[in-house]
Amino acid sequence: MAVPQVHPRVTAPARRRRRSYAGWAFVAPFLGVFALVFLAPIGYSIYLSLYRQRLIGGTSFVGVENYQRALEDPQFWSALGRVSLFLAVQVPVMLFIALLVALAIDSGRLYGMKFFRVGIFLPYAVPAVVATLMWGFLYGSQFGLVGGINERLGLSLPSPLSPDLVLAAIGNIVTWEFVGYNMVIFYSALRVVPASRYEAAEIDGAGQLRIIRAIKIPAIRGALVIATIFSIIGSFQLFNEPVILQDLAPNAITTYFTPNLYAYSLSFAGQQFNYSATVAVLMGLITMVVAYLVQLRGMGRED
Amino acid sequence: MRNTLARIASVAAATTLAVTLTGCGSDDADTGTAAGDPVSAADIQAALDKGGELTVWAWEPTLKDVVASFQREHQNVKVNLINAGSGNDQYTALQNAIAAGSGVPDVAQVEYYALPQFALAKSVTDLSAYGAKSLDGTFTPGPWTAVNIDGGVYGLPMDSGPMALFYNKEVFDKHGIEVPATWTEYVEAARKLHAADPKVYLTADSGDAGFTTSMIWQAGGKPYRVDGTTVTIDFADPGSTRFAGAWQQLITEKLVAPVAPWSDEWFQGLGNGTIASLATGAWMPANLMSGAPAGAGKWRVAPLPQWQAGENASAENGGSSLAVPEKATNKALAYGFMQYANAGAGVGIRVAKGAFPATAAELNSAEFLGAEFAYFGGQKANEVFAASAANVVSGWSYLPFQVYANSIFNDTVGQAYVSSTSLADGLKAWREASAKYGTDQGFTVR
Repeated sequence: MAVPQVHPRVTAPARRRRRSYAGWAFVAPFLGVFALVFLAPIGYSIYLSLYRQRLIGGTSFVGVENYQRALEDPQFWSALGRVSLFLAVQVPVMLFIALLVALAIDSGRLYGMKFFRVGIFLPYAVPAVVATLMWGFLYGSQFGLVGGINERLGLSLPSPLSPDLVLAAIGNIVTWEFVGYNMVIFYSALRVVPASRYEAAEIDGAGQLRIIRAIKIPAIRGALVIATIFSIIGSFQLFNEPVILQDLAPNAITTYFTPNLYAYSLSFAGQQFNYSATVAVLMGLITMVVAYLVQLRGMGRED
Repeated sequence: MRNTLARIASVAAATTLAVTLTGCGSDDADTGTAAGDPVSAADIQAALDKGGELTVWAWEPTLKDVVASFQREHQNVKVNLINAGSGNDQYTALQNAIAAGSGVPDVAQVEYYALPQFALAKSVTDLSAYGAKSLDGTFTPGPWTAVNIDGGVYGLPMDSGPMALFYNKEVFDKHGIEVPATWTEYVEAARKLHAADPKVYLTADSGDAGFTTSMIWQAGGKPYRVDGTTVTIDFADPGSTRFAGAWQQLITEKLVAPVAPWSDEWFQGLGNGTIASLATGAWMPANLMSGAPAGAGKWRVAPLPQWQAGENASAENGGSSLAVPEKATNKALAYGFMQYANAGAGVGIRVAKGAFPATAAELNSAEFLGAEFAYFGGQKANEVFAASAANVVSGWSYLPFQVYANSIFNDTVGQAYVSSTSLADGLKAWREASAKYGTDQGFTVR
């Protein structure tokens, strides 16, 4: 009978180990809650995405079949393409406007600056649902504002809610809502730039444009990256605006208009919880990857 | 510290509950009581006398008064009437509750188009054992057919929506338009009206699944055939083709206002005369009165235009039933309530509040037929609706997954309203998408 030889491994003193357990005890309440409210839903989504439930035939384990289906699903890709286009066009426009406004306010040369600042920020305080309902009315080409303009001025503006324009119309709403929010981020970043730098620049004879390019923009780079990442996440999660406008333009906004809307339709109208979870998991991954890449690229040059 | 622990524990419990609630294991759906043990009228009466609590999920507003009077008559019964959302929202909540196996109501309002879906999944109870079959003849044919699924009775009809043509007489008279008797005349009227005043449209339509299926129903089409788990979807039959042909003209010539139903624009148009007519269910008057008060006195009701001159075919649009979920706790009591609300004294209460009945007796009563509608210039509109109810084309059935099919209507058929896609192609795309879903769900789709 072979007796296994036991080599007692040389370990750290027991006292040190006990100390590290004490630390765990302190974070345990947090970890417990974190696991339950953050990790459990994600884990459950992943679990759901591995099954398939049918009206006839019940539930069965299908492994990665749902993921294969999503990768070949033209509706999923069209939704992803749509939010990517939205991201590529709307986010730069919105951030540029926000930056412009922040710089304008920061220049201190505006009349009624406080009013201006609050005015720009105000739309952010309007709930997205209310804002979209309001814009939906303005967009009405029969009896809404667009219809009114057409009638009064004898124009024939195309309906902003037609399939070709509806994404731009949503972009307009989102820009209106979030310019103020981003402006505040930029403005607060600008406020912490020490005044001595401006003074030094002025002594060197730098003009305002030069100051913006050489001092202000580099100084708020971190804020720019953060705002961009927020906007990327917001774009990929686009949901409120299309789902409300869908009542007004049901043909232009399909049930798979954005990935989130698609996941919603799949689970709420179609009872396809499993496939819906798959779409949600995939979108979470894609968002993470894109946001991470932007962060790497945005922050990378600072080191 | 104890407080914190308690909180964590309750969070944990809540999360577990949420996880269970969102869980979806309806594979245990067939564990309910076996249908067949007959429950006699005496048993139901005994349940009513014994009393208890009853949870009812419904959005039908007139049920409130029914519940009040029911509780006066049956002192031991306490009814909790809950509005869990209307239509699809409620079905989602109901399906989740059924899947989770807890929080299931005793009675739920289910529209006719959605009932087959619940019946097929055995989520609602076959009421034959409770004597529902003896109510044959109590209800008008359309709603009664709708609750009879696969040889069982899965709900008691609550209201119905026999279709009629609502039109703005003032606008019609101003432009010299006759009330169209056929859909061909209807298309001509649309042309004439829009030419006379480009701001005025004969009707508004931006693609509505319920409307389209009802129109095909009236045209004699039977695109859906259901035999157990074998489903046939076919929009190439003569009825569907007839509808698509006529409606395509209206869309191509831009004769329908591209306004979504139930939007502010829609109600404005109905009120100010820019939307001059509407083919829809008999439940519409109350909505017109509240949504388009400006149209009072100007609107009238006429029979639905026909596909063949001289016919008098009609169809149902909307309407709902009350059903008992399979997992309800007190079914005999639930049936007692439903009987009261839908086939007993409750019907009169609801009709007095403006509901459109599904029962033959109320529909044919002199009082009901003689009611004059101020909104329709004193017209006895119920006469038109009652005639329509009697002429509903028989043999129609919805898909066992119509709720989903309707939700993707605008993705497919709706495209015909905003692009060069034809209505026929849109219907074809709808068929494909519905068939794909059906196959995914385990049906045999032909």
